[in-house]
Formats: sequence, C-alpha cells, structure tokens
Amino acid sequence: MLARRNPQLNAHGELIHLLSIEGLPRAILTQILDTAGTFLSVNDRDVKKVPLLRGKSVFNLFFENSTRTRTTFEIAAKRLSADVINLDIAKSSASKGESLLDTIANLSAMHADMFVVRHSESGAPYLIAKHCAPHVHVVNAGDGRHAHPTQGLLDMYTIRHYKKSFNELTVAIVGDIVHSRVARSDIHALTTLGVPEIRAVGPKTLVPGDLRDMDVRVCHDMKEGVKGADVVIMLRLQNERMSGAMLPSAGEYFKSYGLTEEVLARAKPDAIVMHPGPINRGVEIDSRVADGAHSVILPQVTFGIAVRMAVMSILAGNDA
Amino acid sequence: MKILIRNGRVVDPASGRDEAADVAIAAGRIVAIGQVPADFTPERTIAADGCVVAPGLVDLAARLKEAGPGALESELAAAAAGGVTSLVCPPDTDPPLDEPGLVDMLKFRARKLSRCRLFPLGALTRHLDGEELTEMIDLTEAGCVGFSQAERPIKDNLTLMRAMQYASTHGYAVWLRPQDRSLGGGVAASGAVATRLGLSGVPVAAETIALHTIIELVRQTGTRVHLCRLSSAAGVELVRRAKAEGLPVTADVSINSLHLTDVDIGYFNADMRLTPPLRQGKDRDALRAGLADGTIDALVSDHTPIGDDDKMLPFGEAVPGATGLELLLSLALKWGAETKLPLAQALARVTSEPVRVLGESLGSLGQSAGRLVEGGVADICVFDLEAEWQVTAGMLRSRGKHTPFDAASSGTRMPGRVRHTLVAGTLAYSAADATTA
Repeated sequence: MLARRNPQLNAHGELIHLLSIEGLPRAILTQILDTAGTFLSVNDRDVKKVPLLRGKSVFNLFFENSTRTRTTFEIAAKRLSADVINLDIAKSSASKGESLLDTIANLSAMHADMFVVRHSESGAPYLIAKHCAPHVHVVNAGDGRHAHPTQGLLDMYTIRHYKKSFNELTVAIVGDIVHSRVARSDIHALTTLGVPEIRAVGPKTLVPGDLRDMDVRVCHDMKEGVKGADVVIMLRLQNERMSGAMLPSAGEYFKSYGLTEEVLARAKPDAIVMHPGPINRGVEIDSRVADGAHSVILPQVTFGIAVRMAVMSILAGNDA
Repeated sequence: MKILIRNGRVVDPASGRDEAADVAIAAGRIVAIGQVPADFTPERTIAADGCVVAPGLVDLAARLKEAGPGALESELAAAAAGGVTSLVCPPDTDPPLDEPGLVDMLKFRARKLSRCRLFPLGALTRHLDGEELTEMIDLTEAGCVGFSQAERPIKDNLTLMRAMQYASTHGYAVWLRPQDRSLGGGVAASGAVATRLGLSGVPVAAETIALHTIIELVRQTGTRVHLCRLSSAAGVELVRRAKAEGLPVTADVSINSLHLTDVDIGYFNADMRLTPPLRQGKDRDALRAGLADGTIDALVSDHTPIGDDDKMLPFGEAVPGATGLELLLSLALKWGAETKLPLAQALARVTSEPVRVLGESLGSLGQSAGRLVEGGVADICVFDLEAEWQVTAGMLRSRGKHTPFDAASSGTRMPGRVRHTLVAGTLAYSAADATTA
C-alpha cells in the first residue's frame, strides 16, 4: 500500500489546511499556540485589527448550524482584516440538492482564499480540501464526530496558560466521548504535547472500551476519574442523548457524572475546569462549579479568538 | 466455430490437471485436451504460448443494477474482460427480481449479448420487503438458482424460518448475508480506525449474531444455505464449526475483505466504503486462511458499479460498494501467490468451487462449468500469469470506476492479465494486443 502524505501539510511539512490535530507534529501545535499569544494583545487594543489577511476572502461554510463557532471565526477573520462571507448552507444549496463538491466548485469560482467548514459527516473537510483550488486553505470547524481542531487548540492554549507545561499533567475528559469531536481533538493534542495521563470518564454507552485504542485510560467512575486531576474537561451532553438507549435521564446522568463541588474536591487543589460550551447547568456541571473559582470556561472563549487568528494567519502564509 | 487453443499451460482445478496441452473446441464444447485429432481443422487458432488456459471464472456475486440503457452490456463486457464466464447476480435490481417475467427478461437480454452466462438469485420476499414469500417455483423455472434478500433485512426470525422451510421443501438454496439489522447501521467496522476517525461502527457481533441465528435455523430446518461475504475471524470460526457438524452451509468472501483492512480507509477514502465494512488485520488473516482451508468455498468480486455522484461524497454518505469483475482473477492469483498455494488450488476458489456451491441449480451445466473436460462446455479463460498491471479508471469496461485497488488509492500491483475469454466456444473477449489467427 502507498504511504499517504498527510493532506494537511505541503511538501515542506508546513500547514496548508487544518483538518485534524492527529498527525500534526508538536512543533506546529506549539507554533500555533505561540502565535495565538501574540494576537491576544491585539484583542485588548482599541483598534482590534491587524492587516495580515487584508484583501483575502474567508468563506464560512456551515453545513451544520452553529452560531457560536461561526461567530468566533468571523471575529477572528475580521481582526485579521479579511473579508468574511457567511454561508448558511444548511438552509440553501444543500436543500436544493446541490452536491457538496458542486457547492465548493461554485464558491471557488468566487475567488475564495479560505474555507471554514462545519459539516455533520466525519471527514467532509478532507473531501473539500482534496477538491478545492490549490491556493484555497480549509479550516475544519467541526466534522461529525471526527475533529474540532481549533477547539482542541484553544483548549491547549488554556491549559498552557494556567499550567505552563504539559509534561506532568493528569487530564480528565468527562462525558459523551464517543460522539465528541472535541474529545478526539483534545486527546490527539494532549498526546502530542506530552501529557502523561489522559482519562476518559463516563458510562460505557458514551465511553466504550474501544477508546483505549486512542491511548487513554478509560474510567467509568466519576470520583475515580477526577481524582488528582490537574485539568477537568467537561463535555456537553447533547439533548438527543439525554433519554433513550444511551442514558435513562439527564437527572440520573448528573447524579453519576455531573461535576459538583464535592466531586471536584477530589481533583488537585489548583485544578482548572473547562467546557467547550454551551453548558447545560445541572446536567453535566453544577452552576457553583461553572461559575466558581476553578472555572476557566470564559477565558477559553477569549483565547479561542486568538487561536483562530493564529491558525488563519499561519495558513495564509503557507503555499500548497 | 472450431477453435484451437495451442500450446498453453492447461490448468483444471477440479481434476488437478496442470500441463502443457492444446485444447480443441467445436460446437461450443471442448472436443479434445492434449491429443487433438489429426482431422480437426480449426477456423481460428489462439496461440497460448506462455499463457494459462483455465476454466472461465464463476463469480457468485456481481451486481448489474445500475439503471440506464447499455448498463447490462457494459457490465457483461466487464465480466468477459475479467475472464468471468458465469456470474450470479443478487436480486436487488431495480425493480427487484421477485417475478418470473423480470427474470425471463434479464436472462433473455444477457443471452442476446452472449458475453457471460447470467444466473440470477430470486428475491426471497416480495419487493425484498422481508415479509411475504415470492413464488419460488415459478422463479426457479424462470432460471433463478437460489433465493436471497441481498442487503435487505428480513422482518423477523419467524419470517426467516418460514422462508427457509418453504425453500427447503422444494430443495432450493437460500443465500443470506449474515448481518443483524440493528447492529449493522454503521459505516465502518468497529475498532481503532472507526474510533479515531469518528465513524459509526459495525461490531463483529452484527455478523456473529446473525450467523448464530441462521445456523440454528439450518439445524432446525435442514435448509441449504449459502452465507455471503463473511467479514470477521469470529464469523469464519462459526462457519467452520457448522461445517464440521455436517450442516449444509457454504460461504464466500469478497476480494475486498480478502486483501484490505480498515486501515486502508486512510483519510476517509470513500472507495473503501464497502458492505460488509473492511475489518482488522486479524479478520483478514482468518478470511485468507479460511479460504485456503475450504471453510470459505468461494472468492467473489462483489461487483457493484457506482457512479461518481454516489462516491464523491463524505465517507458516511457515499454509497457502499466497488467495481470488481475485472479484478477477480488478479486478486485470486495475488492471494494464491501470497499464501503459497499451487495455481490450481487458487483458481479452484473462482471456478470449480463456486460451481459446487451452485450445485444442482445449474442443471446439466453443473457437470462441466468451472472445469475443463472433454465433452464439456467450452467456457475458458486464457491469461498471462506473468503480466502485471495496475488498476486505473480508464482501463475498466464497467461503468463502475471506483475500487479500493485503484492505483491512486492503494497502488496494488495486480498479477495476471486476461488475454481471451470464451463462452460456449465463442470468443467473448480478446485483449486489444492479443493475436489470433
């Protein structure tokens, strides 16, 4: 079988698309985090703009709705002086029967420079990256259960900000891991950055044993899973999983896997609590924890803008 | 027409014959192998120097279903180019083969093209809905060689048992792909790759639960069952035990599952989207061993022509299946060489063994199809064992251009190239650069 080159990298090993954190070298992750650090100050200025993407067109292609993620990409692109075009494809071409690749061909003809893509199917951004014009960069803003690399990177930025180094950390990821693209991107990023212990915590319906294949410790007991952790990442429980064959009820889930002050007391005293948002208070996390001293949920959002600026500016500087 | 195939290496898996010999053909039948009568005056001579002369291939699973004029023509031309002289097509055509008239029509059209013999499976249930039985006697008289649900589920175990009881009353075989409906909804095999890529999984239990059910019903009803497209090591083991028990079951495996694993999905390559899904290395190893030791009787192309519009999609949305008729011979040879089997033994899995699976349903043809015997039908494949090639879309005659073995996907080197295919003593295919006199 042929060795397949990672489609995210050009022949020089530079990042040309951001599709997944898997397979990216540590140096590229560190470059993105360092670059994000320099952009953080831009966000504090009166004039929150740098001209790095002036004259470039960034197309937000959201085949699956997400106002929040789309907005953060839009803000990031605008702070880089790009022109931003938002396309809510879920409501337009796809419903008219146009195929994904026809949509991409049409938008390419409008001289796009970058596609920010969200899609409900795992791998869809790979198909787009393979078939778009060579100068176009693709950023995966979430595909199916597969990856949400900018969320993974902003989580790493947050952890580095508060913990300085990755080398001795214990990170617990709690909740619906099997359906979570955020969890997959976090796991790949944490592994690449050298975190020695990553735990996946939840019931067997949401945290199956297969996850051991990703080099994580699988844990079905919440108190055990959080014990001694430096970082606790809570995942959002989607409404459709709250009752049915995966879980009997949101209430029973909260009883066994909800993050309360009592459970959090088992983590390290300086542990941080993260969440990709939007949070379900009283389902996966108690309000006192979400709003408490350990919570870094709002700083995550701030860092998210800087990380997305970093990704877009680095991509724009590299040629296929 | 009288044809002489001169100076080839004649390999007949059924008899074990493997020697240099001439083959004389007249009136659609083989009249002599080796000593050709002095008064035999061929109208055409095929120089088979350096080539193997083998029985034409018998493919137990090839779909011709793509609608549109010329579809049957292109797929039967693909069969001939692949050295396939008989093929079994599942009933999931559009409309499904649940009425004798549809079977008559299909057989008539195929016969007119005279490229490849076509043996349809009838629908086990009306419209393949899995609820009401079809008229199996009429369908058999129209030419069906067995009954199948193709990829469609059957309503429940009661209906399955009744269908098996009814089929066995009349001595008909039931062909089933073992897959539990509710566990089979994923798009890739459960395991490390599916977990990593975030693709929904089909667990091995989808196959083994169905196998347990089918095998138990065979035990109860005595029905002759052919198990289609095994995909897992555990599945092979269940079939091995059922055979050891003496149950009337046979099985096949696809060229895809025999050579590939889920790792080949790579970066969401939709050409690897197949049913059953590609499983892990240990499963592939067990399938290869099972085919070698006879637990699995036949190797099939599982040919499914799929157009660009249905494949150039995100992995989970792509239609499962791949083209295969033109790859079957090479992938049988490749497996045989890698497993260090004698040539005749590798060829048996695509010639004499599938004919044995078809059994009495072939009627008198069963005596000589898949074999080279004097007095038997002249269904013959002449191929160059030493030629090596790589698959590109442009060289395929099938309308289906998507295959995991495409040079661009996997770079698989394909051993063996068909030079001539004869069906009933008539040349159905000759390679462009092959010469006859």
